[in-house]
Amino acid sequence: MSWLLSLPIVLPFAMAILAFLFRANGRSGRWLSIGGSVLLLAAAVGLMIAVLQRGVIAAQMGGWPAPFGITLVADLLSAVMVVITAIIGLAVAIYALADIDARREALGYHVLFQVLLAGVSGAFLTGDLFNLYVWFEVMLIASFGLLVLGGDKEQLDGGIKYVALNLVSTAMFLSGIGMLYGLTGTLNMADLHLAVRDVENTGLLTVIAVLFIVAFGVKAAVFPLFFWLPASYHTPPVAISAIFAGLLTKVGVYALIRMFTMVFTQDIGYTHGLLLAIAVLTMITGVLGAAAQNEFRKILSFHIVSQIGYMVLGLALYTPLALVGAVFYLVHHIIVKANLFLVSGIAKRLTGSFNLAAVGGLYKSSPLLAVLFLVPAFSLAGFPPLSGFWAKFLLVKASLDIGAYLVAGTALLVGILTVFSMTKIWAEVFWKPHPEDVAPALRLVERGNLTALLVPVTGLAVMTVMIGFFPEPFIGFAERAAAQLLDPTGYVTAVLGASP
Amino acid sequence: METVLAPLVGILVAASVYLMLARNLIRFLFGLVLLSNAANLTIFIAGGLTPAMPPLVPEGLARPAEVVANALPQALVLTAIVIGFGLLAFALVLVYRGYRVLGTLDSDAMRFAEPDEIAPDTSRSEGRVP
Repeated sequence: MSWLLSLPIVLPFAMAILAFLFRANGRSGRWLSIGGSVLLLAAAVGLMIAVLQRGVIAAQMGGWPAPFGITLVADLLSAVMVVITAIIGLAVAIYALADIDARREALGYHVLFQVLLAGVSGAFLTGDLFNLYVWFEVMLIASFGLLVLGGDKEQLDGGIKYVALNLVSTAMFLSGIGMLYGLTGTLNMADLHLAVRDVENTGLLTVIAVLFIVAFGVKAAVFPLFFWLPASYHTPPVAISAIFAGLLTKVGVYALIRMFTMVFTQDIGYTHGLLLAIAVLTMITGVLGAAAQNEFRKILSFHIVSQIGYMVLGLALYTPLALVGAVFYLVHHIIVKANLFLVSGIAKRLTGSFNLAAVGGLYKSSPLLAVLFLVPAFSLAGFPPLSGFWAKFLLVKASLDIGAYLVAGTALLVGILTVFSMTKIWAEVFWKPHPEDVAPALRLVERGNLTALLVPVTGLAVMTVMIGFFPEPFIGFAERAAAQLLDPTGYVTAVLGASP
Repeated sequence: METVLAPLVGILVAASVYLMLARNLIRFLFGLVLLSNAANLTIFIAGGLTPAMPPLVPEGLARPAEVVANALPQALVLTAIVIGFGLLAFALVLVYRGYRVLGTLDSDAMRFAEPDEIAPDTSRSEGRVP
């Protein structure tokens, strides 16, 4: 079993090493990158099939028995996150063929990209809290490199803010780990699930929980801690923005979901109440921030913040249906948000700017691109029958079920404001004539590049539509994943053996 | 021992927060160094400080002969120190490069990625220092 669990981590690392060895050799890195992503996808699907058939699977690295060694675990949530990581990795690897210049490739773009995928997969698969910290660091250092790769002024400026705030969050995470270890004597998540029940000093446990909310909150970009995100995500090349937007903040959300269903459930009234307040404020500030922006990628960046609020909301409500919504939202959002960033890159290529005032005319000259924008944009806003509608529907239904009318109202209002932002992009980029009267048509892009740009965008848009039209299997899957989260007995048994 | 080290962590965190609130990025980095050291010390203290033998198994025995110290917190701290060192080295180089390219260490003056004006006619490629 252990090879199946370690493949999604080992494969990208192997590709990173190969890409590093061949980095001087012009174009070979890009094919390694695509090949590696295809293999990662295959490994992820294999893992998913195994988890679907056998339930939670676990493997002890190095053969040390469970609470002492490092455990890799895959339940349905981990498995689906690894699959979606591989899908976005593949989409961005293809897109990067046309988007990443030779200079950045020579500087090691493909190496860092594969290390990033390894770090993200590792964070999703680990069953050990300290190991999670290590994967966070792997992911962070790769993202630091990618963000400042090339060294443009904006990149360095955004990079400094990104690095600074993420390092502070890392220190918080580390302190939290230390205190939790002091209190329970274990860092294995399954073991922690059992050990926190015996902790007498529940007040201290709640303090540690809040420390984790802050640490993961910075990574996930929730309300008072999100400032690094809109400061940096619009500065690197589009392919890099897209993989960041799709995956990085979601690792933070995943870690929150994992810890606050598995470990910190002793004082739900306080911790999940705090998360609820954070979620609502995150939704509102994100969407209002987006309304004030006039740059394509900055608008999208603020919408990441706003959407993170919905996912945290699903966790905070902590009912079975709400968790179903959170899992569904995670998957839907990663696809849609990465796609929107990719579309913004094509629009920039055609019109010459990300600045909404300086572009226009795309609806007339490139109707295909207009459709490819509308699908993820409407999905983001929650229009039926696209995937975002079902995600929002589940969350609103969950909040209405427990009588949280204010929360449901906020979620709906934020949806309307999201439409406002998307309409603004639509009106400025696609509808109005280009201010300099150029007609930016898709056919003007060189053919090879055009294929590399359109294939991932179309593929992700088709996935959004598919999830929207046939939500039944996806919601059914999310229900099973949420059931595993709410009752981690299967997880604990898989990791520790049948004893407790 | 805890009674000495626990306040030390507090002092380190307080000093690091004070340093990190400065606009100068070098001060911020020093604050970060202190904060990561405070976190490492926290793990160390939380692991329990006991005067005990090093965790060595004598030859021919399956387990240590007497009570030994818990080696895990030390392993954790060691890992954290290594990772923290790498990250700080990166941050230092980044700030230095930022200083060379952007010409400032004042975080308030770093407005290249987010220019002050919200007016739609700002050109993205040309940042400015106020």
